[in-house]
Amino acid sequence: MLDTAKIRPEFPILAQRENGHRLVYLDNAATSQKPRKVIDAIVHYYSFHNANVHRGAYALAVAATDAYEAARTAVARFVNAWARESVVFTRGTTESINLVAGSWGRANVKRGDTVVVTAMDHHSNIVPWQILCQEKGAALRMVEITEDGRIDLSDFGRALEAKPKIVAFPYVSNSLGTVNPAAQLSRLAHAAGAVTVVDGAQSSPHLRVDVQAIDCDFYALSGHKMVAPMGSGALVAKPALLEAMPPYHGGGEMIERVWDDRSTWNKIPHKFEGGTPNVEAAVGLGAAIAYLEQLGLDKVSAHEQELARLTIERLSQIEGVTIYGPRDHRAGVVPFTYGDIHPHDLATILDRDGVCIRAGHHCTQPLMRRLGVAATARASFYIYNDVDDVDALVTAVRKAGELFGVLAS
Amino acid sequence: MSELTDLYQEVILDHNKKPRNFHKLADANRSAEGFNPLCGDQLQLYVKVEDGMIRDIGFQGSGCAISKASASLMTDAVKGKPVKDAETMFAAFRDMLSGGANAPGKLAAFSGVRAFPSRIKCANLAWHALHAALQNSAEPVTTESAKDF
Repeated sequence: MLDTAKIRPEFPILAQRENGHRLVYLDNAATSQKPRKVIDAIVHYYSFHNANVHRGAYALAVAATDAYEAARTAVARFVNAWARESVVFTRGTTESINLVAGSWGRANVKRGDTVVVTAMDHHSNIVPWQILCQEKGAALRMVEITEDGRIDLSDFGRALEAKPKIVAFPYVSNSLGTVNPAAQLSRLAHAAGAVTVVDGAQSSPHLRVDVQAIDCDFYALSGHKMVAPMGSGALVAKPALLEAMPPYHGGGEMIERVWDDRSTWNKIPHKFEGGTPNVEAAVGLGAAIAYLEQLGLDKVSAHEQELARLTIERLSQIEGVTIYGPRDHRAGVVPFTYGDIHPHDLATILDRDGVCIRAGHHCTQPLMRRLGVAATARASFYIYNDVDDVDALVTAVRKAGELFGVLAS
Repeated sequence: MSELTDLYQEVILDHNKKPRNFHKLADANRSAEGFNPLCGDQLQLYVKVEDGMIRDIGFQGSGCAISKASASLMTDAVKGKPVKDAETMFAAFRDMLSGGANAPGKLAAFSGVRAFPSRIKCANLAWHALHAALQNSAEPVTTESAKDF
């Protein structure tokens, strides 16, 4: 386990109280808290280096550009990208996937083609493909999941028979915690001639990611779930694909020459970074990566998995609690329901004891329909959570049962 | 625990567990859907209106204890009442949730929701659906489209 006694004081927000109790923050799959080092990096950037990047001829602008590009190098190293130029800064996973759909997708998907997603995808890895398919007259095929919450590999195989242009899936499910066999899925999809798009929103914060080992074509990540600022994130892609893709947003920075009626494009990755970028977010993301690398991603995974294992063990002892997702191959995400108590009521009751969990459909409505529930409660762990947090969660869940006189359903 | 027991008063827990008028109306001449896209709470409301009177009312759907109990207590409160009384009750209910005086009768059970701003939408959902049904609006009401949720 990680040394949470040392880590917790590094997160200023954890010193706060929630409804008079110790803040038990268990909504990390929604967003993570930020350590002092990341907050300081942003303050330091604005205090000493702020200028517009890639254009000034003065020392300050060079310093800002260096800080921004150093963050790109950090992201590339963090996921073992093919090259620095593989990393396009975006606002997060959602924008990264929209970039792929809007650029590669619009250029390559034609009427009658198929795009494959899975039933456990987040709306951000479904809706951009729906929009693309509707525009192009292409078919969207959703791969089913197994009863225990994994991608159904036989249905995945059937979906590949349509020779899809794109296969998109999550590395880790935000609703179930399932860790998918990304390298295997990518290999199968490539054999069918597809490009692969991996939603890395829930994997990047929690496990060691190696995009070259997965051999995906596009990998999307969000900074805010991995102790970096809101609005930070990246698309990581094979350079040859980025070279061949049309631009996404037109504007400054992404051009080489602009004529009255046409333009030529900047080199990758700048071709996809029109307009003044969010340098603060990139700098914060770079600091977050340094922070996580210092802890060690393998230790981060082990820590969260242990807390999830303990939580599942303790919650399972309460009659009427149902836990969703697979038994193994899961990250630190524990979705559950408790008898006939609606998850929103559960979340309100837990919050009175300072326990913050998510209740709802978790932006995975197609998955909820398959699970046969309108909503679940979800506890999700990160580096600063400890056994005391698990205790607080379980105690508060028991209290909710007493208040509602729970009926096992 | 006191704020919680104010929120989840006995009458609310009771109506959550045994919702009244929890069925479709075969002879409804008005209906509306209430939907909260943030949490997925959804209810379908059926109303039979004759001569300016709510002759019968029923609902179906799924939601949290607050939204379900609110729909149940609302149907009890407005059944057999003139349409204009229902609208007056809605105004009083909304006023209560935004810090005003308690609504009449059992509807006062929802006064505890005031201390939980994130749950006010749950309590209001059925009332907005009723308002839409009485206006004969075909559009589903969502907690994100109505201005005064």
